[in-house]
Amino acid sequence: MIDGFIALYIFMLAAFTGYEVIGRVPVILHTPLMSGSNFIHGIVLVGAMVTLGHADTTLEQVIGFIGVFLGAGNAVGGYVVTERMLEMFKTSKKEQVDD
Amino acid sequence: MTDLIPAEYIDLIVKGSYFLAAFLFIFGLKRMSSPATARGGIVWAGAAMVLATLVTFMYPAMHNYMLMIIAIALASVMAWWTGKKVAMTEIPQMIALYNGMGGGAAAAIAAQELLGGNVHGLTFLVLAVAGGLIGAVSFSGSLIAFAKLQGILRKPLRFPGQQIFNLLFFVATVVSGMALLSEEYSSFNMIIIFFILALAFGVLMTLPIGGADMPVVISLYNALTGLAVAFEGFVLNNAAMIIAGTVVGSAGTLLTQLMARAMNRSISNVLFSGFGETAVEGGDIVGSLKPIEAPDAAIMMAYAEKVLVVPGYGMAVAQAQHKIWEFSKKLIERGVKVYFAIHPVAGRMPGHMNVLLAEAGVPYDLIFDLDEINNEFTTTDVSLVIGANDVVNPVARTDPSSPIYGMPILDADKSKNVIVIKRGQGAGFSGIENALFYGDNTRMLYGDAQDAGSKLIAGLKGL
Repeated sequence: MIDGFIALYIFMLAAFTGYEVIGRVPVILHTPLMSGSNFIHGIVLVGAMVTLGHADTTLEQVIGFIGVFLGAGNAVGGYVVTERMLEMFKTSKKEQVDD
Repeated sequence: MTDLIPAEYIDLIVKGSYFLAAFLFIFGLKRMSSPATARGGIVWAGAAMVLATLVTFMYPAMHNYMLMIIAIALASVMAWWTGKKVAMTEIPQMIALYNGMGGGAAAAIAAQELLGGNVHGLTFLVLAVAGGLIGAVSFSGSLIAFAKLQGILRKPLRFPGQQIFNLLFFVATVVSGMALLSEEYSSFNMIIIFFILALAFGVLMTLPIGGADMPVVISLYNALTGLAVAFEGFVLNNAAMIIAGTVVGSAGTLLTQLMARAMNRSISNVLFSGFGETAVEGGDIVGSLKPIEAPDAAIMMAYAEKVLVVPGYGMAVAQAQHKIWEFSKKLIERGVKVYFAIHPVAGRMPGHMNVLLAEAGVPYDLIFDLDEINNEFTTTDVSLVIGANDVVNPVARTDPSSPIYGMPILDADKSKNVIVIKRGQGAGFSGIENALFYGDNTRMLYGDAQDAGSKLIAGLKGL
């Protein structure tokens, strides 16, 4: 069990980490980065899986199913779109070799 | 699977994998913040996601595996297919859609934990309810944002007293949420009412916001979903969710601020005021529009020393970026220095234009931000403005009565010559006349951007 104050520390440190990681990012990457962070909160999928895994009644199963479905959509869609965008970034030096 | 390995090892494997996943998410995000390493960043984060998902199947005392696999398979196929198919111009709404799904998943977790009576203690109840509220708002709000950018909902919906109504609605939602905190008032019906109110509030909150502000809203919902995921992570005692959710929550908040600043809007301004309704008649602009033919424009640029290309969303809509890059390459072969000057809101959201240019094959070291390149215009022979309007309107610098006054713009008007490729003589997105087009050093090249691009390329052939 993650104890109350430990949880608070984790929360604080993770919040600073997120802020610092993005802090000096060039505008060129804003859209891919938003898409990338959108992918990362797709981790909600694992929580949805655990909840569905403990669902007993039909209603719980339905909600759990929806949760897993939505979480997986977030993760997979976020990944595909981000990867497609980042794949296209090239420098001119590299390109002269390619062509 | 769980029978073969002792329980304590399973616990260690699951927790160890979550730890590794949390590390890789942060590492991946860090790499994504530089163009050279960005591709690797998403791949690492993707590997972390696969790992976390796989070990979750080992979680103790679970059932419904079949349902889980079906849900994952269905969603994966659909998301993969839509993500691969979507045109680069439509990326922003897809981000909104996938983000909304994440928020919905967080809300579903909250709903189930609350309905099942699995949440104990005031702290965890507050977190579960707050996460559910934020997740549900992010879900329905993102869907509205998607519908707006996709063109399903065209007009912002506004009515008198809307802000008061929304505020009261929000208070009602929060009150119903607070009722869930006490055993006395919490009930099955109350939980249902709470989630219906939260979902409806997301819709109400997003409806009055205009299409131009949607990127900021999507970014905000992205941050909110992160926060909701973190809250539900606390409820489920899942460290990977807490860390990934919190990192996204704070990174997303910063990103939202950066975007809002780039658009010269404050976040509260975006959320609580309408923009674009007051299409003010531009002040008195003197001068006339002076047309130019494509071959003349091509010659002008062929003999220039430095050309700055200023693309706008109009170029992307016309799918002209390939033609423009082809033309630029020909200029570069002739020894002309060609750079691309990108305004933060040149696309649908900051950085979107970079993606569209990258798709056409423009190397990112020829692409510069507003801050990096704005001083270069004074030494530029020709600025080629394609489908951009408000972002090059000098009125933003000079006319305090203009709605876009104070917005940072690209100073294309300061270059020696300006060529504007434009479909017709209409005003920009905000309905404001553009003083740049009337400048003495400006020539208008009328026509579809793609068509104009072809004519420019043809114009270079004879030289």
